[in-house]
Amino acid sequence: MSGGKGRIRTGILLVIAAVVCMPLVMLIGGSFMGGDEIAEKIGPVLAEREGRAEFFLFPQYPTLQGFVELLLDSPEFFAMFWNTCRIVFPILAGQLLIAAPAAWGFAKYRFRGKKALFTLYIALMLMPFQVTMVSNYLVLSGLHLLDTRLSVILPAIFSTFPVFIICRFFQGVPDALLEAASLDGAGPWQTFFYIGLPMGAPGIASALLLSFLEYWNVLEQPLTFLKDRSLWPLSLYLPNIVSEKAAVSLAASLIMLIPPLLVFLMGQKYLESGIRAAGLKE
Amino acid sequence: MTFIAPSLIGVGIFVLLPFLDVARRSFMDSFGRRFTGLENYAKVWENDAFRLAAGNTVKFAVVCIPALVISALLLAAAVQGLPRGRDGFKTCFLLPLAVPAASVVLIWKILFHENGLIGNILLDLGWAPVDFMGSNAAFWILVVSYLWKNLGYDMILWMAGLSGISRDLYEAASLDGAGPVKRFFYITLPNLAGITFTICVLSLLNSFKVFREAYLVAGEHPHTSMYMLQHLFNNWFTDMDMEKLCAGAVLMAAVIFGLILLLQKAWGEEE
Repeated sequence: MSGGKGRIRTGILLVIAAVVCMPLVMLIGGSFMGGDEIAEKIGPVLAEREGRAEFFLFPQYPTLQGFVELLLDSPEFFAMFWNTCRIVFPILAGQLLIAAPAAWGFAKYRFRGKKALFTLYIALMLMPFQVTMVSNYLVLSGLHLLDTRLSVILPAIFSTFPVFIICRFFQGVPDALLEAASLDGAGPWQTFFYIGLPMGAPGIASALLLSFLEYWNVLEQPLTFLKDRSLWPLSLYLPNIVSEKAAVSLAASLIMLIPPLLVFLMGQKYLESGIRAAGLKE
Repeated sequence: MTFIAPSLIGVGIFVLLPFLDVARRSFMDSFGRRFTGLENYAKVWENDAFRLAAGNTVKFAVVCIPALVISALLLAAAVQGLPRGRDGFKTCFLLPLAVPAASVVLIWKILFHENGLIGNILLDLGWAPVDFMGSNAAFWILVVSYLWKNLGYDMILWMAGLSGISRDLYEAASLDGAGPVKRFFYITLPNLAGITFTICVLSLLNSFKVFREAYLVAGEHPHTSMYMLQHLFNNWFTDMDMEKLCAGAVLMAAVIFGLILLLQKAWGEEE
């Protein structure tokens, strides 16, 4: 792998990586451009005027104009940002509460029908939203939950995906440890809290991280269950401010990107192990 | 069992029981009073929009999944063999996974518009710029979004598979005079057979999420070349067409459940 060949390979990889990252760099650069520069560079796309858009990465005249306008003129942006938080964090809390014990049950207990039930959980985790859309709708309308945040939150809390991921990690907790605990007189819940949770913490982190990225970006559920636009999360609302004021909407896009980006950069290790857990039998 | 109970009750209430109801309704008229047999399924099958959407979805899967899986494998092999800088590349390729669809809508428009940046590249190459949103080329918006988003995901899976192959095999082959290409085809590929199927199925299931980019860029009624089953379900829902929705959901569940059983079998054989 030494010498010229290695360098060619690194070079090709660098080019691909640059292409993959380019949309993000454009987004970041673009959100610091002023209105005039935006009109000049991408006016032909946004305002449908003659001419061609120009490629850009960094602003020529960096400005916070977009952010300032967003701050002053679009209170609804912050309402929607808050909406997203009020959907995502209850989901994460609920998943932790429901999925972690369930995963422990699947990983460490034997009972009749366990294999079939786990297969069912896997099947449900892999079903696209379109399959469960009508079912969810019927229950939510029966419970009079349509057009409330709970219509997005509740079904997500009972998602089987975190159960599956966390279970993979709990399976790695050695049984000898559990036997020792029960010899010392620990009950099943004590064992779960004092041995299971600490040892399965990386798995829980993986599951919550994947859930965070998923629900920060949630589109299908609010689109289907929330007719009341004042409840919409950013993921659904943001494109509505797109064409009118490009500077504002670029700034808004960047602000929406920051939380998942930080979570990703801090937890990349957990993200990777979460992906591996979903794909491979250890 | 007490550990699982809360989860199971929730899953039962929100998914399992209502799905049984949906399955029942799929054989009834829209008011749920009269048994109509397979009539709803026939309606779905004969529906032009369904044929268009199902055709596009199949076409999308047939084009994109091999493209994604193969390019991710090449990428994984290349990154795995690097002496250093592996983590940096992993970060770059995984990054799109963290990016909400809504954040890149504007950038996508700048890229795919008739006056946009991809059009510029086409012009430089001496071709005519394409109006991606309003022509058959709209399909490519889906392809690019999907590849961009999932390349890193599949690469991580492949790298996990690659790192499971013993170094000794490669060293032995090198001693026998096998070059990198030969080693790839005679050692790497056969040893990855087990996880290939898993990766394909996961890629298929992730492909349903490409709807987010498609919907945000092009709306409820995009150009027919990118009209997918997800758009169709969404529009049936807007029209509250319960007969088609129920029958469609059952059909889709059946197809996917079949795939999942195959996946289970593949997982079983891997052990």
